[in-house]
Amino acid sequence: MNLDNETIVRIAHLARLEVNESEKESLLKDMNNILHFMEKLNELDTTDVEPLIYLTDEINVLREDVVKQEITAEAALLNAPLHDGTYFKVSKVIDKG
Amino acid sequence: MEKYTTLSSVQQDIKDSKLHLRQLVEAYLQRIEENKHLNAFVEVFAEEARSQAEIVNSRLLDGTAGKLAGMVIGIKDLICYQNHIVSAGSKILDNYRSVFSSTVVERLLAEDAVIIGRQNCDEFAMGGSNENSFHGPVKNNADNSRVPGGSSGGSAVAVQAGLCMASLGTDTGGSVRQPAAFCGVVGLKPTYGRVSRHGVIAYASSFDQVGPITNSVEDAALLLEVIAGHDEYDSTSSTLPVPAYTQQLDFSGKKRIAYLPETLTSEGLDPEVKALTEKTIKELQEAGHAVEPISFPYLDFVVPTYYILTMAEASSNLARYDGVHYGYRSPNATDLESTYKKSRSEGFGAEVKRRILLGSFVLSAGHYDAFYGKAQRVRRVIREKTDEILQDHDFILLPTTPGPAFGIGEKTDDPVTMYLADIFTVQASLAGIPAISLPLGETKTNLPLGIQLIGKRFGESELLAFSKYILNVTKSR
Repeated sequence: MNLDNETIVRIAHLARLEVNESEKESLLKDMNNILHFMEKLNELDTTDVEPLIYLTDEINVLREDVVKQEITAEAALLNAPLHDGTYFKVSKVIDKG
Repeated sequence: MEKYTTLSSVQQDIKDSKLHLRQLVEAYLQRIEENKHLNAFVEVFAEEARSQAEIVNSRLLDGTAGKLAGMVIGIKDLICYQNHIVSAGSKILDNYRSVFSSTVVERLLAEDAVIIGRQNCDEFAMGGSNENSFHGPVKNNADNSRVPGGSSGGSAVAVQAGLCMASLGTDTGGSVRQPAAFCGVVGLKPTYGRVSRHGVIAYASSFDQVGPITNSVEDAALLLEVIAGHDEYDSTSSTLPVPAYTQQLDFSGKKRIAYLPETLTSEGLDPEVKALTEKTIKELQEAGHAVEPISFPYLDFVVPTYYILTMAEASSNLARYDGVHYGYRSPNATDLESTYKKSRSEGFGAEVKRRILLGSFVLSAGHYDAFYGKAQRVRRVIREKTDEILQDHDFILLPTTPGPAFGIGEKTDDPVTMYLADIFTVQASLAGIPAISLPLGETKTNLPLGIQLIGKRFGESELLAFSKYILNVTKSR
């Protein structure tokens, strides 16, 4: 299969990325090359094979549900691009117009 | 100052008062300064390393020191260390200061290691050449026009060039082993689940493992002994007890080893790598080990399977970088959606964006089964076949890389060619089993070459002991 411009734009939106016009062409070429390379897997019959999902043999890993405060609110906001001392701040979400 | 290749020799010299740890730290700091052109370190923790050295030196003298006393180590810029910046080689985290330490860092410090700095790597560990770093490419110390490998490129070069004694890297599809091979040092990827991933910035969570890069197998064993073990903060970390690897390094007896003929006829295999592999096989046979060809018919499938799965996992793991809670926020954003989109688009590099896009695609409605589901099935086929080989054999022997370190810029135009450089390392990653790269040779032009040994699940003890033995066998060349 081949990706087209429209698909790239749709996928970029899903991934919350912007793809500008100047990079679209080379991105499309690289992504299509990679997808063709991935299509190699179709040569292998996996009809009766279950997907491998978990790489560990550990099952039902549980621990006590203990209330802990491991970082303070101040530390949590330390790396915030914008905050008011209590909350993370973002641009206005609802515009009353 | 002499170059120390094992921690035990440092500890001995300190106890004999021939060396003060502060001197050793100063020597490394000086070497880092003299080798700035290699771009191995993103940041050096000079003052902290100096004061830690004073403390540890006195502990060594009064007999209260931990196992890693005297170890001067660097950490990949992907491993969180409280109150230190960890950038994952990315603009999006360039000023990110970790508010907690990873479990591996806590374990290093608890045993008195001196952490000397954080090391350059490919952005979010995505790359095999260290050319995808926001901090610029790293140079191989054997030839400055060549890459060090990646993604733990800075970590491998730091050990190669004697800028520290050891490094902690991370290995998702070969990111410890491949740069170790390119730089002529030892690189170990443990079994999936052997080492906690808590506080290690995630790339592909069903693959990522922290692993040591060292000058000697002894130091790799020691570091693994310290960092391995269950952690309540990582539910995939194994509850199996951690063997005393350093006490189990003596090897005797004969082993049964498989080599994969497909790896020796693989397209793009450098003749010198082929010759070194054949020579190693022959030397082991002459030493009385059974080394025999076992077919692995899935070699051409490992790289595409690996990239489908890791891109999918990456697209999910990297969704957290939204410009809101931490990291880079675009000044060009006007509303919430453009905060996400512009921060991510300006903050991530080209390769990371490509992988997020492809990962989102293979997980999207209509394509999930054909790509992601298919790759999960093929992963099981690859793991079962690999486990089957290891039922009858102690190890699998294969080259670490198809060729020696390639030139900076040589493979950047074609991602598929770049990905194919991982062909020999991703098998162990897909199967979740341990593998080590050993510096067993050089090209005629003195570029390091590595040979890889894959071991059984949680079979690090046997793998390390045999690695030490193999280095001795081949030393007599």
